[in-house]
Amino acid sequence: MTDRSEIYDQVTAQITPFNKKGIDLSEATTFAGDLEWDSLTVMDFVAAIEDEFDIIISMNMQAEIETVGQLVDAVAKLRG
Amino acid sequence: MTDLFSKFDPLIEMRANLLQTGVTDPFGLVMERVVSPTVAICNGRETILLGTYNYMGMTFDPDVIQAGKDALDQFGSGTTGSRVLNGTYAGHKAVEQALKDFYGMDHAMVFSTGYQANLGIISTIAGKGDYIVLDIDSHASIWDGCKLGDAEVVPFKHNDLEAMEKRLKRIPEGAGKLVILEGVYSMLGDIAPLKEMIAVAKANGAMVLVDEAHSMGFIGPNGRGVAEDQGVLDQVDFVIGTFSKSVGTVGGFCVSNHPKFEIMRLVCRPYVFTASLPPSVVATACTSIRKLMHAADKRAHLWENSKTLHKGLREAGFQLGTSEPQSAIISVIMPDLERGAGMWEALLHEGLYVNLARPPATPAGMTLLRCSLCAEHSAEQVQTIIGMFTRAGKKTGIIGGA
Repeated sequence: MTDRSEIYDQVTAQITPFNKKGIDLSEATTFAGDLEWDSLTVMDFVAAIEDEFDIIISMNMQAEIETVGQLVDAVAKLRG
Repeated sequence: MTDLFSKFDPLIEMRANLLQTGVTDPFGLVMERVVSPTVAICNGRETILLGTYNYMGMTFDPDVIQAGKDALDQFGSGTTGSRVLNGTYAGHKAVEQALKDFYGMDHAMVFSTGYQANLGIISTIAGKGDYIVLDIDSHASIWDGCKLGDAEVVPFKHNDLEAMEKRLKRIPEGAGKLVILEGVYSMLGDIAPLKEMIAVAKANGAMVLVDEAHSMGFIGPNGRGVAEDQGVLDQVDFVIGTFSKSVGTVGGFCVSNHPKFEIMRLVCRPYVFTASLPPSVVATACTSIRKLMHAADKRAHLWENSKTLHKGLREAGFQLGTSEPQSAIISVIMPDLERGAGMWEALLHEGLYVNLARPPATPAGMTLLRCSLCAEHSAEQVQTIIGMFTRAGKKTGIIGGA
C-alpha cells in the first residue's frame, strides 16, 4: 500500500463520524456539496484531521480544499 | 445577468418564514425615547432594558453628559479628519492618557469603533508568514481582522487549552505567533482561563492579544478586565477594548507596553484611513473612564445583580449558558429560532428588552436570549425581570407550569 492510499484511508476514517447521511466516499467527494457540511462541522473535522496527522491546516489552506482527494494531497504535502 | 443578491435567498426566505408567523421582527426594534440606562419607551410602552451592554450605566452620568456638551461648544460637532492629519484634538490625547492611567500601560491608541480596533491591530501586526492562533468562538471583528491580514489563521476549540497548545507547537520554527483570546465571550457570558492559556502562549513564544470588550469597567479589582482579575495583565501584549459598553459611548482602543507601539499610528490602515471620533465622544469617554477607576461600589452591585438574575432564572427552570454567573451576561438557551423569537416577543409584551442572538453569531447553532445587566438596575428591577421571564416562559411553553 502506498503512502497516499494509507492517508486516503485515514482521512475517510475521520470523515465517517461526520458523514451523517452515509454518502459514498471517493476522491471526488466534495465537503460542501456532497457531504453538505456547514462551517461548524468543517471546523470540527479539520481539528480531527490536524490531530490525526499532527499538522496545521490553516484557514487559508482550507479555502483551497474542496474534495477528499485535494485534502489527501494537502495532508501528504504537509506531512512532508 | 446573475443577480448578485441571489446568494442571500436562503436568509431572505428564513426571515420571511419567521415573520409570517406574526411575530414582531426581533431585529427591527426602535427605541422611541430613552429614559435612563435601564429604561426606554418602545412601541409606546415603558420597557426595562436588559440587552444593551451598558454595564456600568454611564450613558446618563451627569459629569459625562456635561463633558460632552462642553466639548461640542468648544470644539464643534466633528473633526472631519484622520487622526494622522487634522483629526487629533486635545480631547483625543486626553482620552488616550485616561486609558493609559486606567490600565497602567505605556501606550494607548484610540480607534473610531471597537470593530476597527480589532480589524486594525490584528491585520497590521500579523503579516505574511506569521501565524494567528485564536479561539473558535472569537467575535466577528477578530475574524475580520484575520481576513484583512495575510497571516496563516489557525482556530482552536473554545477555551480548550490542550487544543491551543497542540497547534502552537505545530507552527514552523521561526514564524511569528499571535494568540488571540477574549476575556468574556459575549454569547454565553463565559470567561476564558487566561492565566493558563497565556502561560502556554508565552512558553511557546507567542505574543498575546486579549479582547476585554465585555469585562472593562466591571471585572477585576480596578475594572481592567479578566486578565487583571486572574493576575496576568502584565503578560498581555495587547488589550483591545471598546467605548460602546461600560464606557457608554462609541469608539475602540488598544493599550500596550510594547516599546515600538507608536509606529502603529502610521501603518495601521483602519486607524489612518478614517475620520477620528467627534470631540464630544472623546470627551464623554475620557470622563467616563476616569470615573470607572473609582467605581468599586457599582462593580459590587452589578455582581449582585448578575448573581440574583442567574439564580432566579435557573430556579424558574430556564437553561442558561453557564452553570455559574461569570460576567454581566446571562444567556438563556432557546430550543430553536422560532420559539426563541416567540419568547423574545412575549418578553417585549411584558415590558422587557433582551437580545435575540442566532447563528452564525452564536456557537453550535444555538438560539439565545442574551441578557446583559447594568449596575444601574435596582435590586427591585431584577426581581421584576425574573417575574417577567417566568410569565413569558410559561406562556410560550419554554418552561413548564401554567
